[in-house]
Amino acid sequence: MLAPSIYSMDIQAPRVAKSAQPGQFVIVRVREKGERIPLTIADYNRQEGTVAIVTQTIGASTRLICALEEGEALLDFAGPLGRPSDLIHKSDEELASKRILFVGGGVGTAPVYPQVKYLSQRGFKPDVIIGAKNRNLVILEEEMRAVVNEYHLTTDDGSAGFKGMVTDKLKDLVVNQGKQYDLIITIGPMIMMKFVAKLTKELGIPTIASLNTLMVDGTGMCGACRVTVGGQTRFTCVDGPEFDAHLVDFDEAMRRQNMYRSIEGQKLAELEREDQHCKIGRDK
Amino acid sequence: MAKKAPRVPVREQLPEERIKNFDEVCYGYNASEAMQEAERCIHCKNPRCVQACPVYIQIPQFIKAVRENQFGEAFDIIAEDSSLPAVCGRVCPQEIQCEGACILGIKGEPVNIGKLERFVADWGREENYFKPINVKPNGYKVAIVGSGPAGLACATDLAKKGYRIKIFEALHRPGGVLEYGIPEFRLPKDEVVRYEVNNVMKLGVEIETDVIVGRTITIDELLNTEGYHAVFIGSGAGLPKFMNIPGENLNGVVSANEFLTRTNLMKAYDPRYDTPIYVGKRVAVVGGGNVAMDAARSARRLGAEVHLVYRRSEKELPARVEEVHHAKEEGIVFKLLNNPTEVLADQKGWVRGLRCIKMELGEPDESGRRRPIEVPGSEFEIECDVVIMSLGTSPNPLIAGTTPGLQTERWGGIIANEETGETSREGIFAGGDAVTGAATVILAMGAGRNAAKHIDEYVRGKYGS
Repeated sequence: MLAPSIYSMDIQAPRVAKSAQPGQFVIVRVREKGERIPLTIADYNRQEGTVAIVTQTIGASTRLICALEEGEALLDFAGPLGRPSDLIHKSDEELASKRILFVGGGVGTAPVYPQVKYLSQRGFKPDVIIGAKNRNLVILEEEMRAVVNEYHLTTDDGSAGFKGMVTDKLKDLVVNQGKQYDLIITIGPMIMMKFVAKLTKELGIPTIASLNTLMVDGTGMCGACRVTVGGQTRFTCVDGPEFDAHLVDFDEAMRRQNMYRSIEGQKLAELEREDQHCKIGRDK
Repeated sequence: MAKKAPRVPVREQLPEERIKNFDEVCYGYNASEAMQEAERCIHCKNPRCVQACPVYIQIPQFIKAVRENQFGEAFDIIAEDSSLPAVCGRVCPQEIQCEGACILGIKGEPVNIGKLERFVADWGREENYFKPINVKPNGYKVAIVGSGPAGLACATDLAKKGYRIKIFEALHRPGGVLEYGIPEFRLPKDEVVRYEVNNVMKLGVEIETDVIVGRTITIDELLNTEGYHAVFIGSGAGLPKFMNIPGENLNGVVSANEFLTRTNLMKAYDPRYDTPIYVGKRVAVVGGGNVAMDAARSARRLGAEVHLVYRRSEKELPARVEEVHHAKEEGIVFKLLNNPTEVLADQKGWVRGLRCIKMELGEPDESGRRRPIEVPGSEFEIECDVVIMSLGTSPNPLIAGTTPGLQTERWGGIIANEETGETSREGIFAGGDAVTGAATVILAMGAGRNAAKHIDEYVRGKYGS
């Protein structure tokens, strides 16, 4: 457990570990009647054949993942999916000439980590801004500090780090402190990425957003993950998940993310009722 | 010659009942019905039906065995050419293949070859009929990408020749379109698909699920690192096409692929499963192929009133005749000669309707079908809360994009020799929808079989028999 309701797990998946790259994701299934759930890759270890995933219990299915105990297995673990981050195609010279900042929020902090770690291993430590609701929900702080140049923490309530939104901190760094960045990569809730993109557009800094859209198969078949980028329909699972943040229609993306929310709500309520039955059962 | 008896009718679930469940519509023939129907075959010397079958099943021979109550023999005859008879008996477009060529069809009704094939296959399953074949391993191994009809057919033929076969499947269940695309009420999953996939595995074929070739592993890694002597790509259809009209990304617009994957693969029609599906009260399905019919009939079973919008007339509908007939019986409203121009939104960005324009048919186009032309000023609205786009697919880019030197058509299809399955890369073969774009189960099987024959020639030629 990284924080209340946020869990990290190492999954034994040698094929995925062998080919995983920063920026990619996996699809997991917990039980036979379960959904296919897209999750970002938080880390991977090619030698040990493991892939780390981080999940927050937000829906019925993520609760089932988080309820797994050590040694238990996921039913399915397919990946890596999506295109790797463009950074892996850049030469050392290109990377050396770029000042890069990552802006991560909530569980979106987890997929920031393999990208930052990758750059650090190639000798280029970027800056990061990590946002969380409060001190308890800050994840991977130590791991992150070990691989970054500057680490900036913001919390909504000021219980740790800078009080305010990641965009406040970003503005502070660039406008007040005069820091210059050539590339910003943002991963987190859609609403956060929307406002990061809005700000960096004003500031004139190229920005990449990694989108967490709905998906069913995740392999380029169903089209549930489509987003409008620069006026064109693109598929997050095969064309993304990273897109030019200044071209993404975030309002549409947020609306589409909610398509199944009411049905999800019912499922969660059912699960909670089941939970209660279990507890009653145990008490007897 | 005495006039031939009419076709033995096939028993089906009544429309008013079946729209409330996902159980199979057609019950198929029982033994006496099958034997009676088999009597109708006149056993032509030059059977046109066999020529019209993409996998060349010896149709008159198996029908003769059915007539003589030799069902096991009939099963063996079909098994020589097809590993998926219970599937094909259910989903092949027989009217343009074997039955379309049947000589009886000229003056009357052709022999019901599809239902006879299905009977034999179902009999085999129910009787647990299985004839083990002894195959001597030849020491070569072939990797197959995709466990759909093309891959399964290719795997079957190569396994029978002694190859060690491993199929890599991207999804969590094998079967490809048989599993995610075709609905339960037309092709039962556990009973039929699972069983026939298992029969292929009994030949020694291995299937590894959750492997996305092009991501988890590349074709070149299969050839160079994992030591396969050849690869067959049967990765199937890909990304859904949309119309590029306003409103297509509204909440409530889904591709037929998504709608069917949710209902079939993920079983969203069953409340015990977690995957959600949004059906709404009124659904408009856009398209006229088998997939459009499947989506329309699935939506109907999930409780919606369904309108099917197609820009040409009934004659041009690409769907199987039986599917159109069943769809009409189930109360699908056919809005023919209409084309959508815009998906209309409510204030929250959800679908509230579909604006269409009336069409009329002009001169034939390059497909030979009469080209639909808009009737000026004829726009109207269909009230609906879900729109299902069923306009075909474009090939999945993952394999072509990660296999250097593998040439593709401009629209993305892998370029492969139709007869041999050979691609632009040595040792790599391809067939099925990945090559042709969306087609049928049986054409994909035919392509898989052709490729198997040439993979065998290639491997033995290169590495010695």
